[in-house]
Amino acid sequence: MLAGVLLLIFLPPLVAKDLCKDSQDGFKVRLSIKTGLGDDAYEWNESEMFLFRSTLAYAMRKHSNQDTYTIDNILVCNDTQRVSFVFVVTSTDDPDQLIPKEQVELAVRQNKHRINNAFLLSDMTLEFMGIPPTLSAPIIYDTEPWLIVFGVVIGAVAVGIVALLMSTVSKKRRAKEKAAGLSEEDEGIVKENGTALSSLGRKEGVYNQAFSNDDRFTKL
Amino acid sequence: MTSDAVRERDWGTPSSHNSEAPCCQHHQRFPHGYPPQGPQEIMKLKLPNPGLEDRILNHDELERLEVEEAGDRPKWDNKAQYMLTCVGFCVGLGNVWRFPYLCQSHGGGAFMIPFLILLVFEGIPLLHLEFAIGQRLRKGSVGVWRTINPYMLGVGIASMCVSFLVSLYYNTIIAWVMWYFFNSFQEPLPWSQCPINANRTGLVSECERSSPVDYFWYRETLNTSAAIDDMGGLQWWMILCLISAWGVLYVCCIRGIETTGKAVYVTSTLPYVVLTIFLIRGLTLKGSFDGIKFLFTPDLNELANPTTWLDAGAQVFYSFSLAFGGLISFSSYNSVHNNCEQDAVIISIINAFTSIYAATVIYSIIGFRATERFDDCLSGNILTLLNTFDLPEGNITESNYQEVLHSLNSTNSDIISNLNLKTCDLNSFLSEGVEGTGLAFIVFTEAITKMPLSPLWSVLFFVMLFCLGLSSMFGNIEGVLVPLQDLKVFPKSWPKEVISGVTCLVCCLVGLIFVQGSGNYWLALFDSFAGSIPLLIIAFSEMIGVVYVYGIDRFNEDLIFMIGHKPNIFWQATWRVISPLIMLAIFIFYFSTIVTKEIFYIAWDPESENFPTLEKKPYPSWIYVIIFLLAGVPSLSVPGTAVFRAIREYCCKKHPSAPVQEIDSVSH
Repeated sequence: MLAGVLLLIFLPPLVAKDLCKDSQDGFKVRLSIKTGLGDDAYEWNESEMFLFRSTLAYAMRKHSNQDTYTIDNILVCNDTQRVSFVFVVTSTDDPDQLIPKEQVELAVRQNKHRINNAFLLSDMTLEFMGIPPTLSAPIIYDTEPWLIVFGVVIGAVAVGIVALLMSTVSKKRRAKEKAAGLSEEDEGIVKENGTALSSLGRKEGVYNQAFSNDDRFTKL
Repeated sequence: MTSDAVRERDWGTPSSHNSEAPCCQHHQRFPHGYPPQGPQEIMKLKLPNPGLEDRILNHDELERLEVEEAGDRPKWDNKAQYMLTCVGFCVGLGNVWRFPYLCQSHGGGAFMIPFLILLVFEGIPLLHLEFAIGQRLRKGSVGVWRTINPYMLGVGIASMCVSFLVSLYYNTIIAWVMWYFFNSFQEPLPWSQCPINANRTGLVSECERSSPVDYFWYRETLNTSAAIDDMGGLQWWMILCLISAWGVLYVCCIRGIETTGKAVYVTSTLPYVVLTIFLIRGLTLKGSFDGIKFLFTPDLNELANPTTWLDAGAQVFYSFSLAFGGLISFSSYNSVHNNCEQDAVIISIINAFTSIYAATVIYSIIGFRATERFDDCLSGNILTLLNTFDLPEGNITESNYQEVLHSLNSTNSDIISNLNLKTCDLNSFLSEGVEGTGLAFIVFTEAITKMPLSPLWSVLFFVMLFCLGLSSMFGNIEGVLVPLQDLKVFPKSWPKEVISGVTCLVCCLVGLIFVQGSGNYWLALFDSFAGSIPLLIIAFSEMIGVVYVYGIDRFNEDLIFMIGHKPNIFWQATWRVISPLIMLAIFIFYFSTIVTKEIFYIAWDPESENFPTLEKKPYPSWIYVIIFLLAGVPSLSVPGTAVFRAIREYCCKKHPSAPVQEIDSVSH
């Protein structure tokens, strides 16, 4: 009688352990707490394991929309010093029935972010062997940042070119006005003392006003 | 006398009435036909050069020009502008990415010995020569050589061609620098992680197999094709960057030295500021001292290797930007009594100092990167061991890694061998010696991503590279624009702004070759052939031209007039014998290497077996035509122009057609 009662008490955990150890539906989990947190690393103990099991139960609840999952549905075995272990999830209806691998994978992927945050770890430091980490969405910009900087630089260059060209044009205009003002005085003077031939450089010749009439066109 | 005044001379420069100059007569010491007697006479050998006095201004006229400030030649606002422009021209990208590599690969600290020796015997004399001849003859490179002897016009034309070809590809490098600069204003930097592939299942495969920095450089920047034949099409983002690079250059060169003189206050000084900032930042990073130690650890055995000396000579030569014609031009805008000897020495010292300083900074950062890689490698191995043997974290650390590995190997050697643990060696990471664009755009950018506040360091680094490149481009463009004006390619009525605009536009359009898919390979081709052999020939011709055609005696007298004392025995010996011999030796070595070895290029080919290692591919046969055009045309224009001129003279002698203007002595 006593033996039967004892067997009944100890059988479930033993069966549970067998379920966990031999199953195909289990996942190996590895935590690298010291790598992830450095000096702030916490000790891995039973309470932490409790937290893990409860987060997984939470993940299963969210995935299947059934509020029936409890911590007893998550079985853990092969606990090592590395802080790695294997877990399986049992069905809520039948404790000997395991939830298939794909379902568990989906549940974990959906809630990986929450599971990571519960342990202050990341995809690199809290690994589920066989479940690839979900990649974050690439940042999509409305305007690429490089185009903005390019626009600024090109705008500055254009302003610079225009400003410099305008200053050259205005300088030339001023010089022309000054030259026009002065040249009326000395254009007509023929250099009498120097070689008359030195003015032959200008092929157009020299209009000597001293020898001209006042009016170029004779009046009627 | 009146008939002399208007007879046109066939070399275009107005003659000056030299009848009252007694100093020039006694230089006709060796009339035609006298053979030299003994080595002393050979040193003072002067090739016949008729009409030289008629082509140059004599000392009195120069003095008058100086006092009256007559003449329409531009001038420097102050000495600082001139020095900064020359320093900027000499100090370029090569100081940052070629010298450190050479230093590290040729025995570290020991490389300083050949570098400094050749600096003194090759760099400084040539620099002084170019400064002095420009200041004396007051013309750009074409004008100077045409003045010395019309048959030497080819040297000026060759300088112009080389400056043009180098400008084309050098500004493309600046365009690449601008692209990286534009992309530095985001966090995280785009080259710090691989992009995700189209169906969001993983990273892009090309990036995963190589590295994010490689991928960003070869794919997102260059979009490089696998071979030089495959043109690959124009990359629109690179065209925009090229336009902005030429635009900035145009703004700075629009009015010649009037505008570049203002720009150099920033572009020549900013690199030093940034280098200092990086030095301070670098020295506080882990592993920087390992890098610096690695760089400067001398290996005196390298001094016995002739390649070390030849690489040092070539580096000194190219680093000084000699034979481009830009330095002659810049010097010609100086006052005639400027102390060019002092300038040459100061600029050489600054150049050498900058090379060594930049090498220190670069290698402190490379040391940091190598240490990071080493740590990553080691942590990866440790993690693998921990995972395989389910040991608690912290059991294996960097200090006990070797012992633990050893003990595990003795007990479970088969498991260990299956793990494929990587060998982590700090020295091998340090000696992943990279030079050129690989250093700036791959190695350094990777190091920057590992630093905190990466966008800031990235912006600073690329601004520094931009300034270094731009200040060198000023000299290159000067070496193109001034000869074009001297050769009267453009009509005289065109203002300077239009001429520089047209030149920049033409260069920009031709430079579109380099923004295609295969642009990177074309750039490497141009760099190896346009910027190497022709310069050596030009520099050699320059020395021979000044010393033996212009005449070392006349040159010495000019220097006495300009700076007040005769150049001492060091200058005489180096100008006449030592430097030309060194040039000749380097030229023969380079030429023989290129002609004998089979030339190939390295390509980024994702389909190759050794990917991500770059693959060596041979050039297609039609490339040899291009190589001949790049190296041959400038080099052959030196003798070619002389031959052409001689033929023209000969034809003209047979049919005298020199136009003489008829004058009517009756005044009109």
